[in-house]
Amino acid sequence: MQLDVQLKKSFRDFTLDVAFSLSSPRTGIFGPSGSGKSTIMNLLSGLELPDSGFIKLGDTVLFDAKKKINLKPDQRNVGVVFQHAHLFPHMSVKRNIFYGYKRVKSKDRQIDPDGLFKVLGVTQLLSRNVSTLSGGERQRIALARTVLSNPRLILMDEPLSALDEGHKFQIIPYLKKVFNKYGIPMIFISHSVLEMRMMTDEVLVIEKGRIQQHSAAEELVKKSWGSGLESYVNLIHLGESSPCKDLFCYNWGDNLLILTEPAEGQENLFELDSRDILLFKRHPEATSARNLLQCTVQDVYSCGNRARVALVCGGEHLIAQIVPESVSELGIKPGAMVVAAIKASAFKKIF
Amino acid sequence: MLTLSPQDISAIGLSLKVACSATLISTPFGIACAYFLAFGKTRGKALVEGLISLPLVLPPVVVGYLLLLSFGSNGFFGKFLNHLGIQVVFSLTGAVIASAVVGFPLMVRSIRIGMEAVDQSYISVSRTLGAGWWDSFFTIVLPLSGRAIFAGMSLMFARNLGEFGATVILAGNIPGVTQTIPLAIYEYTAVPGGDRMALTLCLVSICLSFVILLVSEGINRKFKRG
Repeated sequence: MQLDVQLKKSFRDFTLDVAFSLSSPRTGIFGPSGSGKSTIMNLLSGLELPDSGFIKLGDTVLFDAKKKINLKPDQRNVGVVFQHAHLFPHMSVKRNIFYGYKRVKSKDRQIDPDGLFKVLGVTQLLSRNVSTLSGGERQRIALARTVLSNPRLILMDEPLSALDEGHKFQIIPYLKKVFNKYGIPMIFISHSVLEMRMMTDEVLVIEKGRIQQHSAAEELVKKSWGSGLESYVNLIHLGESSPCKDLFCYNWGDNLLILTEPAEGQENLFELDSRDILLFKRHPEATSARNLLQCTVQDVYSCGNRARVALVCGGEHLIAQIVPESVSELGIKPGAMVVAAIKASAFKKIF
Repeated sequence: MLTLSPQDISAIGLSLKVACSATLISTPFGIACAYFLAFGKTRGKALVEGLISLPLVLPPVVVGYLLLLSFGSNGFFGKFLNHLGIQVVFSLTGAVIASAVVGFPLMVRSIRIGMEAVDQSYISVSRTLGAGWWDSFFTIVLPLSGRAIFAGMSLMFARNLGEFGATVILAGNIPGVTQTIPLAIYEYTAVPGGDRMALTLCLVSICLSFVILLVSEGINRKFKRG
């Protein structure tokens, strides 16, 4: 996908002025609320009219103020999944899902609905009434509805923020599966760094209507280090667990991790707070922490009175947060060997 | 005994005919005006709203007289319609027009409130799913404001059944041609000994109105259930 955009739009007390080119199929637009993220989405999908500029998706010009081209939203083939699923309340789940599909010419229909329903796990929801669905289910139906409308690009406008805290990340594996399987490029709009890291490769940071930075998703986290003292969260992808006495073992690169929580399937994501990793100079004789990983220090970043140590252990990466005094005492510098001790209960399952 | 004369029966028939035609003819325009008032972004909205609502606050007799002026043989519309051979004054067409103009603001108000309650995001979603403007209008806006449209129609129908002032001036009170229930009652009250006949028609009027209320409530519930 190649998306070239240059747009200006003025409101009474806010001006959006952005120019960017995207080629990554998984791009994020990141910024605080009121920064202009949703305006960009409305302009891209044709729901709002820019004052000037152009939007080019592949070789199709969606909008060009100079050439007076402005494709209507229904002609753009840009799907949108909104923050709230906005399922049509007067239609059944089935009619909702097929709303866009029916409006695609049969020769252009590329996605097999039944296959998609399986991927999203919505087959058994089709006969239900819209009002009986949970937040996550509604959002999955909304995604299915958008995917079936055969879009060339899908915009996701904070699709997780309306879901309740406990279950919001459960939808992520579905999202990932859909985008992997059907290869539809997407732009993921959010104000959460964690969501950006899980869903995108590249991130546009927008603030007060201007693009501040265009970088890889992981870079975003590092850049934000200097700003506050909030800790870094390691995202750890693990496969299926196998029982180890009353705990659970996972393979992670060349390491064996021991966790208190079991997991099924090949795609599980755990978070590990960087403050929950203890570093030792040598292998301790005995410790209550169940995981002792031999690591090489890759880099050390300091921010205020904290230091973040990037580690490589058995082919995988970890970031630990310690205080600068420990850095000098342990002699931590790039290339140094340390042992990371992590409690089995420090890993928290996201999905 | 309460009995209905052939003239009464024709008055009841005419009343229903006028109310039905006026309501049905007005509905598409009512929906269009309500849509404009609910979603339009033009500056002249307040003016249009004022014009549409005017018959609601003006005395019906004034509305009737203004209609008589514009639809009379020398009036703006009258001249044009005369060319086409259509006679509005003192005809059933006149009664329908008078009813339509007087009842229109009620219908528009009701539909407009319903349309304003439709979440615009649904329209946006349908557009991004590939529905054109008309498609979105018919599949999203109309069904979601269906209850309001129906409420507006029944309100206008009921108002039309009772329409007197504008009708009597534009269409006159001709038995069998333009004499609706209220006009017939008016005539009976002016005739000595007509009380009983007037009362009979009053009862008919009450029954009709009650039936409208019941039917509209019933349909409303059906809409609610989906």
